[in-house]
Amino acid sequence: MDFELSEEQHKFRQEVRDFLEEELKQGRWQPSCDAWIMGFDPAFTKRVAQRGWIGLTWPKEHGGQGRSFIDRLILTEEMLRYGAPAACHWFGDRQIGGAIVHYGTEEQKKELLPMILKGEAYVGLGMSEPDAGSDLASLKTRAVEDGDYYVIDGQKTWTSGGSYMNWIYLVARTDPDALKHRGISEFFFETSLPGINVVPIVDITGGVHFNEVFFENVRIPKKCLIGEKNRGFYQILHQLDYERSGMERLMANYPLFEALIQYAKETKRNGKPLSEEPVIRAKLAQLKIELEIGRLHMYRVAVVMDEGRAPNWESSMSKAYGTAFEQHLASAAMEIAGLYGQLSPESKWVPMLGMAYHSYLSSKGYSLQAGTSEILKNILALRKLELPTG
Amino acid sequence: MDLAFSEEQEMLKKMARDFLTDKFPKTAVKEIEESELGYSPEIWKEMAELGWMGLVFPEEYGGAEMTFLDLAMLLEEMGRACLPGPYFSTVVLGGLPILDAGSEEQKQEYLPKIANGEAIFTLALTESSARYHAAAIEVKAAADNDAYVLNGTKLFVPDANVADYMLVVARTDEKSRGEDGITIFIVDAKSPGISCTVLKTIANDKLCEVVFDQVRVPKGNILGELNQGWSEVKKIIERAAVGKCCEMVGCIQQALDMTVDYAKERKQYDRPIGSFQVIQHYCVDMITDVEGTRLSAYQTAWMISEGLPCTQEVAIAKAWAGEACQRVMALAHQIHGAIGVTIDHDLQYYTRRAKAAEVTFGDASFYREIVAQEMGL
Repeated sequence: MDFELSEEQHKFRQEVRDFLEEELKQGRWQPSCDAWIMGFDPAFTKRVAQRGWIGLTWPKEHGGQGRSFIDRLILTEEMLRYGAPAACHWFGDRQIGGAIVHYGTEEQKKELLPMILKGEAYVGLGMSEPDAGSDLASLKTRAVEDGDYYVIDGQKTWTSGGSYMNWIYLVARTDPDALKHRGISEFFFETSLPGINVVPIVDITGGVHFNEVFFENVRIPKKCLIGEKNRGFYQILHQLDYERSGMERLMANYPLFEALIQYAKETKRNGKPLSEEPVIRAKLAQLKIELEIGRLHMYRVAVVMDEGRAPNWESSMSKAYGTAFEQHLASAAMEIAGLYGQLSPESKWVPMLGMAYHSYLSSKGYSLQAGTSEILKNILALRKLELPTG
Repeated sequence: MDLAFSEEQEMLKKMARDFLTDKFPKTAVKEIEESELGYSPEIWKEMAELGWMGLVFPEEYGGAEMTFLDLAMLLEEMGRACLPGPYFSTVVLGGLPILDAGSEEQKQEYLPKIANGEAIFTLALTESSARYHAAAIEVKAAADNDAYVLNGTKLFVPDANVADYMLVVARTDEKSRGEDGITIFIVDAKSPGISCTVLKTIANDKLCEVVFDQVRVPKGNILGELNQGWSEVKKIIERAAVGKCCEMVGCIQQALDMTVDYAKERKQYDRPIGSFQVIQHYCVDMITDVEGTRLSAYQTAWMISEGLPCTQEVAIAKAWAGEACQRVMALAHQIHGAIGVTIDHDLQYYTRRAKAAEVTFGDASFYREIVAQEMGL
């Protein structure tokens, strides 16, 4: 047992911090909450790619760095800590590249991975549909074989990254007659093809990061199929373990945590800083406690992945825990801000750069995306505790 | 980073579980709890023969030279088994402070006695204010020739009724109210002037009131430095808090296991109650709390093993464990239904111990304040 990071890992963390500090010094972007999913900055993504920080864990023969998941966790933890605009490469780096490494053909690996590695493929995730949310296997979007092509028809919604994507990862039904879990396949293709129509959805914060995507008679070459035809659902289950595994499930609104501490130290009430009020001290300390317990969960997930095992219950646990923490953080910040909490980021007098307001609203979605907390608890009940199904 | 136990540690854990399961069925726990001594001298001897008392002591003092992390695993198993008796008091509260701060002479005198099961130790720290702050130490020790004379009352002293020795935390400088002027004494528990009353407690353990009335302690029995004892006391509290966290891991893991088993067996509406989603989610909330407690408990145990400073980590672990235990036990009861609130059901042993462990060596409020200070608030 060893809870410490290696010397190289400490150095790597410092290297990432130095890079991000320099970025801030140059005024290249402003730190913000949710920047991993809402911060679209192709130039930043390019700079990250140039450092070899996309595909960190992929095998070297596919252009990756062959480094550990702990290393990647350190990298993403610092990106989140600094609120860096990493959305353009996040999904490709986190899960789609990995899926191609795992399920792709040699040709696909040669063709597709370099684009992600160079920070040129901005990947959107086409999974949910209007009638297929938690019950993803009920999806209706069709992919019908026609010569050398599949023809896609249907609609996706809540497509993360949809507003800036140039590539989409799509799950579609390839066998309508099979049991619903057994007729689904995965595809990866460019969104510049004719017949794709992206309609932004404005979220509760006023931001746009997910979209409706309509497919009408979209012809994609057969080589866009990832993995085995009709085995897509089982591939997704495996990929979702990775999608849920990351630090973004605990630290998406981390910049708020630091802003809140600063606010409590600097804001005076009755001549004393808020941070000296026992109730507020206790609240802030409790947030720190919950954050650190969450970090242990997250690091444990990375350790499991480094052991070569999919974190099939650990990531469900850490994600459900982490998003609950983020909601606590946002609620506590709003409560501490009191009347000021209701001021929107553009308003005069707004505290904490409006991050409390933003996170309070956006964190409602954290426990929904990539598996609702309820679905995650179902997974834990069945896979880990082996409780009976009805 | 590596979160797995070594092969040797897995073996120690298994051996401990087998031994404790064999020796401490709940009928035995009940009998021992209700006995005057509060422990079984026969099993105590066997534990000493297994090398458990001297587990972390160097060989020269009769120990097995293992680490605090190994001890942490043993404590987890003891928590799981609801081990009654003075193991924690003797080893964590008595032996480790002597190993840490004792003179060579003191180590040679006391550690082998602990290791071979001859001596039971405890720590007399808390007083009527029931707080773990230096200002709470009011028991006085006044110099008188070659001795100090102790006067005052200690409360919540574990296992004082059977202890051979106590580490007594006393104020040696009356002018000071804070951390200065505090000294730790190794006191022969049979010294004239000591009287002990066992208190009735929720965990049925032997917490005592210990009254010191003109108790003479030789000057040579100071542990560490005169007037500078509080820094060692802080280490004792930190280490004990981690030890408690490890016991709590065992306690709530067992409560979880019992609850999941019950949810699989118990049928209502012609199906196991564990097939109902609400029960499943309760169980998942429980395991999430158990895992968080486990990760943080072992992180701190590992840090202590490695000699790393860990004030903030310990505060986080104990604050978390205290409250997580309460949530876990509340759900364990909710899922067990009425059978779980009967005195004949095993669950109540864990409920009672979890409550005691929550407040022992600092509750969540106490540690939140430490976390706040560590955060620079």
